[in-house]
Amino acid sequence: MTAASGQIPLVDYLVLGDDPHLEAWECQNCSARYFDRRNACANCEGDTFARARVANEGVLRAFTIVSMAAPDIPVPFVAGIIDCDGTSVRANVVNTEPTPEHVSTGMKVRLTTFPIGTDDDGIEGVGFGFEPGG
Amino acid sequence: MAEDVWILGIHMTKFGKHPDKDTVDLAAEAARAALFDGGVTMKEMGILAVGNLMNAWAGIGQQLQKQIGQTGIPVYNVANACATGATALRTAVMAVKAGEVDFGLAVGVEKLAGAGLLSGGAPRQEGTHYEPSGRYGAITGTDGRIGTQTMPGAFAQIGMEYGHKYGGVTFELFAKISEKNHSHSTLNPLAAYNKKMSLEQIMGDVMIAYPITRPMCSANCDGAAAAVVVSDAKLKTLSLEQQRRAIKISASVLTTDPWEEACQVLPNVNTLTRNAAKQAYEKAGIGPEDLDLVELHDCFATAELVHYDNLMLCPEGGAVDFFESGATWRDGSMPVNVSGGLESKGHPIAATGIANIWEVCHHLRGEASHRQIEGAKVGLAHVIGLGQACGLHILEKASV
Repeated sequence: MTAASGQIPLVDYLVLGDDPHLEAWECQNCSARYFDRRNACANCEGDTFARARVANEGVLRAFTIVSMAAPDIPVPFVAGIIDCDGTSVRANVVNTEPTPEHVSTGMKVRLTTFPIGTDDDGIEGVGFGFEPGG
Repeated sequence: MAEDVWILGIHMTKFGKHPDKDTVDLAAEAARAALFDGGVTMKEMGILAVGNLMNAWAGIGQQLQKQIGQTGIPVYNVANACATGATALRTAVMAVKAGEVDFGLAVGVEKLAGAGLLSGGAPRQEGTHYEPSGRYGAITGTDGRIGTQTMPGAFAQIGMEYGHKYGGVTFELFAKISEKNHSHSTLNPLAAYNKKMSLEQIMGDVMIAYPITRPMCSANCDGAAAAVVVSDAKLKTLSLEQQRRAIKISASVLTTDPWEEACQVLPNVNTLTRNAAKQAYEKAGIGPEDLDLVELHDCFATAELVHYDNLMLCPEGGAVDFFESGATWRDGSMPVNVSGGLESKGHPIAATGIANIWEVCHHLRGEASHRQIEGAKVGLAHVIGLGQACGLHILEKASV
């Protein structure tokens, strides 16, 4: 799962290593894509899936700047929906001021990864977001 | 073909804080008042459908029945997120339409005063050992780390997405929608909040999730609403007064969202609602231009904007211009949320789907006095719940 040992991704659809990227389960019948494990395809009821790579670059289609969140989440943060070449991805928009002056729909963004913590075995958790550029 | 179903009696309690009343107290108040309004009693009811979310496991339907008339009829305990009230009504309507019962009673009730942020899932405790868990193989809570699924966050994004698609969307625009609803509520004694708020006050209030400030969110409060439904054949045997005040349910529709790309990352409330609206207009044999008033699901001010388009009250992509024209104020061509909407009237979740039907009925019966929408003959009531669910009813004044 990783090139650097001692790392684990925040979610299993984030693939770490030299070329970090997101993957989805793609229905082999209709090409619908899912980030979570599925029992069958919501679109066509097919039950054969294969891993498909999601584009690393995309366009921010929607966002909000969250000011009130659960206690362990630092605020404000930018949450958004990114259109990655036809696959919609939910993620935080990072490495930019979390203000309406610095974030806008239509802006080009690209995938980036960063550490989110270390567990007691010294394993580093790695998360992802999208930053301006691309 | 199944015959028409009518609302015979309907009632909503005042929405707000009811610290001295429990859930069953509120439900009983609404239910007994709806029965009285319809000139009937529990003895006539053939089915009871009770919507409640906070105690969905606790058999509120049976508890209520024991307090208002334990007649042994079938009870359906209904939960469908924020579309619960409309789903409870739909349940009663279906039983009447199927010819199984002459009268049905539907109730929606919630005690929510003091409830905080309703989020998309509790954060997981930071463990001492990262271990992938669940269908996403997550090592810890993802809300706030991978976007947000909290309700204000989701609906903020839904509003911003409309702007990305069609343009013209600003923070101020959404605040103006909220301003309208707070203004409308000053005439509604049953609203949880009936204070006028200026645009500056609304925009300057606490920001929850840009562009949504606190007054632009639905108000958590306590409340209940109930409706008695009756078959057309049975209605014709009742008094002229009962027939005159009965409101025809010209359409009663429930939908979920069909699969679309992106529905897994942002709730699709658009296709969900548009499908329900199309079905309802067809069933009722009317178009949106025939509506005299609309009570739609403004869980957040951003939601109201997209629903103008989803309900086809305006041309596709034209919601911004439609609002800016003043059409949706109470003196406009398409009054929307004259009750004050969820933002100001309040949103005791399971009650809302029947309470907004009460509002429409109140105007169609010509009983809304100083806040009457003159000449109202046809109205639409709409609720949605995340997951998703959309309940939509078209109501028409009796021609008796």
